Formats: sequence, structure tokens, C-alpha cells
Amino acid sequence: MAKLKNTSVGRRGFLKGAAAGAAVSAASLVTPQITEAQQGGGPGGRGAGRGGAAQPDGAAIAREDGTARPAPVSRIVENPGSDYMCDVIKALGIEYVSFNPGSSFEGLHESLINYTKNSPEIITCTHEENAVAAAHGYAKAEGRPMLALLHGTIGVQHAAMAIYNAYGDRVPIVMIAGYGDTAVPAHTAVDLATTVRDYVKWDAQPDTLQGVGQAIIRAYKLAITPPMAPVLITVHADLQMAAMPANRPQVPKFTMPSMPSADLASVRQIAKDLVNANNPRINSGRARTQEGMDLLVELAELLQCPVGGGGDRISFPSRHPLAGNGAGGAVDVMLNLEAGGGGGGGGRGGAAGDASKTIAISTAELLATHNFNINGGGVNGDMYIAADPQATLPALIEEVKKLITADKKRLFEDRGKKHAEANRAAHAANVDAASVGWNASPVSLARIAAELWPLIKNEDWSFVSPQGFVGNWPSRLWDMKKVYHYLGGQGAGGMGYGAPASVGAALANKKHGRISINIQTDGDMNYSPGALWTAAHHRLPLLSIMHNNRGYHQEVMFIARAASIRNRGQENSHIGTRLIDPNIDYAMMAKAYGMYSEGPITDPKDLAPALKRGIERVKKGEPVMIDVVTQPRG
Amino acid sequence: MKKLIFGILAQTAALAMLTVAAYGQQGDAKKGGKMFVDYSCYACHGFSGQNGPGKRLVPMKLAAVAFTAYVRSPGTNQMPSYSAKVLSDAQLADIWAYIKTLPDSPEAKDIPLVQQLKAEAGK
Repeated sequence: MAKLKNTSVGRRGFLKGAAAGAAVSAASLVTPQITEAQQGGGPGGRGAGRGGAAQPDGAAIAREDGTARPAPVSRIVENPGSDYMCDVIKALGIEYVSFNPGSSFEGLHESLINYTKNSPEIITCTHEENAVAAAHGYAKAEGRPMLALLHGTIGVQHAAMAIYNAYGDRVPIVMIAGYGDTAVPAHTAVDLATTVRDYVKWDAQPDTLQGVGQAIIRAYKLAITPPMAPVLITVHADLQMAAMPANRPQVPKFTMPSMPSADLASVRQIAKDLVNANNPRINSGRARTQEGMDLLVELAELLQCPVGGGGDRISFPSRHPLAGNGAGGAVDVMLNLEAGGGGGGGGRGGAAGDASKTIAISTAELLATHNFNINGGGVNGDMYIAADPQATLPALIEEVKKLITADKKRLFEDRGKKHAEANRAAHAANVDAASVGWNASPVSLARIAAELWPLIKNEDWSFVSPQGFVGNWPSRLWDMKKVYHYLGGQGAGGMGYGAPASVGAALANKKHGRISINIQTDGDMNYSPGALWTAAHHRLPLLSIMHNNRGYHQEVMFIARAASIRNRGQENSHIGTRLIDPNIDYAMMAKAYGMYSEGPITDPKDLAPALKRGIERVKKGEPVMIDVVTQPRG
Repeated sequence: MKKLIFGILAQTAALAMLTVAAYGQQGDAKKGGKMFVDYSCYACHGFSGQNGPGKRLVPMKLAAVAFTAYVRSPGTNQMPSYSAKVLSDAQLADIWAYIKTLPDSPEAKDIPLVQQLKAEAGK
């Protein structure tokens, strides 16, 4: 059934305005009018009825009131264009396609289930935002994109927030949106991509089948080339439904692009600066793959310099002796690798720091656009190389090796010992801090992370949700040494990411036999609860622990501060910010979606046994939710 | 040793009570508990008074007078100030009295799981 969520006249008015709509029987609405509307849906027919509150026709009313039936089939098309589109999608090795069904891509949908036999596998989502956020989480866990399908204008608009998050996070997603669904004029547009054009890397609206194939291949390549980002192709419903031309188009050849690396002269200069520095430091925001983390470890160990996070994904092992701020002192050379300027959840600007010389290697600025300012103050540095750090590291490591003399090596080793000792002490203090509020009720977030660790440390695990709202306790307490051990935040700070992105990440992790851990904030959960059903339906090994602080606590703090500045008192700060009266029963919510659940847990003594039971079920291949009533923040 | 600690605690409590008495009334922890939530103290300091981005309030090391002075003018952009128009001295004494009732955390060395984590990290 088509959707009528955003019609220009509104759902109620639309129905009210339909002359005699309520009086006409359902049977009389399934008339030849529907056939005419569905079969005559070419681009030329789209304009009719658009541009205002035109009287809806019988087909539109039928779709709105649920009485629509498929039109009588007057022709057989056994080689539809959408079969070719599926050939192209399969040629790219895309594993999954997520969507909430919509009539503008019903041709493609039918090909996916009956032509390619559900390969790539369809991930049924209850909202377009979930479909795109799932693809976001998948790409971060798997290191490559999946496909999301969107329905006409309304599907694209529903997906917009999730697309923006992925853009801010520089994560590749290939999206195809259908248009030309003429039964509901409000569901098509002349330029469908315009709604999200400011935050996709590229979009195209090809008008031939061959053009669609070429666009999908090009879109995929652009999506995975740093700076990575979502891409969108809009495809007319007729191109999907109509027969292929007699000469079936060839599937275009896909060539994997090489990643952009720094020029050799710059690499040599950076190596010289780092080796000659007394107190160099590296900040790293992300690694594309595990190889990126391994290369960074090699560079840091050669230089014996500390490595800090410059973003919110894990790109350097959390318990490595060089992980942290080290022994301090004036930093003379700072190397920022995709650090800051990524818009990754915190709106950070370029991490210039106080170093005498700052060098930045980043592709972030290549994604700058005229409107949205996801890079804050931009990527700053005395030397800025627009390149992919991971692609640059092999050459940099080789140049550094060439410059390290035996004397330098001894100096570096002494330096490394001091940094390691300082980092060890800082880490020990971090662990000790977990004791604060240990026995408190509601439960402290440190305790959740601490109790989880013994249950997952001997498993292959992936922490798939943002940790900013949970005091970063997972990375403070857990041994994160793989890039999939922490996938980072929303990208643009948009809520409604955690639950569906966890589903997508769990999808990727499942294939590798990994369990996924999601510490799920309650505010975020209520944007996208349908993600729980998707997790249950697809049997995803995903443990979701509710960080149920019963409110939007960041906003409580901000409102309290605003009231303070105005000297009006803070006693009304709960209005519009708390999720109480009634409290939300998340265990019951999960159960309703078909998921095993426990809670609400308020006594910290009950936490470990519940988590243990949850992990046991997850290891058997099912999603579980444990609702824990928590302290507001970490 | 226990006697000494008890003695210090007793002295501190006595001093605190005297300080509160200086405001002409005893802090009412029950009323203070309600205000701790109503006035959003918990949002930054946790329901526990010690979890969150705000300063750790437990154990409360300030006397009531110093606590009131701090709340009136925290001297930081993070902590909102609470003027006498918003919360009277008596109300702040109630909140102070409530915070004093909040249990302190166990020492890290007394929590086996924390020690286990620390040992792992030190390897």
C-alpha cells in the first residue's frame, strides 16, 4: 500500500475533501480508474494533479483508505528492467538491502524476492530512518556499504535525518529512491533528490536502464572513496516495471578505486618532523579497516609517542602502552590523522592543539559544502594534506624507518617508557573511578560497563552504539583492540540512530560470529523502537542494555542553566525533558516486538545475573534487551 | 582507629549542625531530597550525588555555609548559580542535609571486579 503521510492537504482533509469518499463502497473504488492510473504512469503523467489540493482520484482514495487492490494484469513482462538493476547490485557484492516497502520501488522489490531470490537479503524496516541508520551501522562494522531503498518523496524525507548522520560520520551508503508513483501525486517529484542533496556526496536520476546500471556502479565507487558518504540514485518506477530492451544492457565493469594518499615530498617532510621532534604526539580519529589500526600501532611504536583519540571510533588499541596523553610536556609536533573536523557526534573542529607544528592528514575538507557546516572550524594545521591516512601510513612508516638512527632509537625507547608509565597510571585511575556510585540505585553506568566486561572478554564482540551519553565507560574499561570493538557515534548527533544502527552493525557482525553490544539510551530508543522488531525478525545476536535515565538529561542540564541565567528557578526543568509519568516499560516494549527481555533493574546486585542470562541467549543467536534504570550520566 | 574516625565524624556532624543552626533552623533532609530532584541537582551530580559530569558531592566535604556560598556563586560556567530568590538559605540547608544522608561509595580496592579490571589493564 502506498503511503499518504505527507500529502499537501493532510490525511484528514484529504479524506474529507474526497467527494463522497466515505459513501462510496470499497468495491466501487477498485475500478478501471486504478488500472488507468497505474498503467499510464509515465513521466508525462506525473504533473497531472500535482501542485495543490487537487481532488484525489479513486485510486488515490483507495490507497489511502486501504481498499486498493493490485490492478488487473493486462500484460506480462517477464524480463523487467529491475532484474537488470539487481544484476548490477549483485555484481557489487552487496549483501543486504534495507527498506520500508513503498510502491515507487515495487518493481525492484519484486525482482529482489523472485529474481535474485532474496539475495542480497532484504532487511525489513519499520521506518526509512531505520533503514538508512541500519545501513550506517552495517558499513561501519563491515567496512563497505549496503543498499537502502526509499519510497518517493515521503520515504526520502523520512530517511533524511539518518542520511545526514551518515554524511556527518562520513559513512558510505548506496541508496535508491523510486519515483513516478502516479497514484499519489504527493509521492513523486521532478527532482526527488533535492531534499537531501546538501548531504549526499552524489546523486543521479538516469533516464535509461543502462544509465541506471552506470549510476549504481559510479555511486558505489564514490561512496567508498574517502571522504566516504551516502549517495542517492533516483529511478523511475517505469524503468523498473518495463521490459528490458531487446539488447539486454551489460552490467558495467566495477573497478575498485585506490585510496588517495599523500605525495612523497609531503610524506618525507612529515617523517623528518616526527623523527626530529622531542615530544611528538599522534591523534587519530578513525581507521578504515583493521589494517589502518595495525599501521598506526607500527608508526607509534617506531616513534614511541603517545596516541590519543581524535574522533570517536576506536583506531588505536585502548590498552596499548602508548594509548593516552602520555607523560605530557610541550608537544612540538602533532600529527592529526582524520582527527577532528569530522563532525563525528561532537561537532569538533580541527584539532590544532598547542603544538609548535601541527600536521593534518584528512579527507574531511573534501566533503565541505556551502550549507551544512559538519567540519566546524575546518581541518587546521601548519601542514595539511588532503589524503587518506591509512593509504599514506605505509609510505610514512618506511620514511620514518629510514631516518631512525641507533641513537634516536635509544632515545625513543626511553621516551616510550615514560609515556607508558603515565598512561598506565592514568588508566588505573580511570578504572578506580568506576567504584564511584558502585552500589547506587539507580545503577551507575560505570557498573554496567564493568559487569559486562567479564561476560564478553572471551567472546568475539563488537560495541555498536555511541558511548558519549554513557560516560565513555566502555572504552575506559574494556580492552578495545579491533576496529569493530567500537564503532562510534551518530555522526551528526541526530537521535534515532542507536537502535537501528545497532541492528545494521549486528547484521554485519553476525556473519563473523560476533556478538554485538548496544548500550541504548532511552531518548534515542523512542525515536525508532521498530528497530527491535527488525532485530527479532532477522534473529540478530544483539544485546541491548537500556540506559534508562527516564529523560533527556542533557536538556535537563541546559534548561536548568538557562533558568539560572534568568534567575527564575529550576524547579520546572523537568517539563518537556523527563520521560516519567508514566515510566516507559522497555522490557515490555521489547517483548511486544518479539524479543526476550528483563527489567527494569534498579538494584545493581541484580545486574550481573541478568546480563549473564542475556549474553547466553545472544550467543545462541537471538536479540535480548535488559532494561536498567540508570544514573542520568556517566 | 575506629574510635578516632568516629570522633572526627561526630565532630564534623556537630559542626555541620551548628552551621545549619546559624541559619536559624535544622536542615530537613526529606524536603532536601525532593528539592535535589526538583531543582535538577541530580541531572549533573546523579541521583547518587556522585555520578555525572558535575562535581562529586558525596561525601559532602563542605560545611553548610560553604555549600551555600558555593551554590550562590560557583565560579564556573558549568554549574548554574542558584540565587536567594530561587532557593533560600533554609532550602539550601535542606539540600545540604539530604546530600549528607547519601551513602558514600566503597573503595576501589574493596571491589573485586574493579581490581580484576585494574590487574588486566596493568598487564
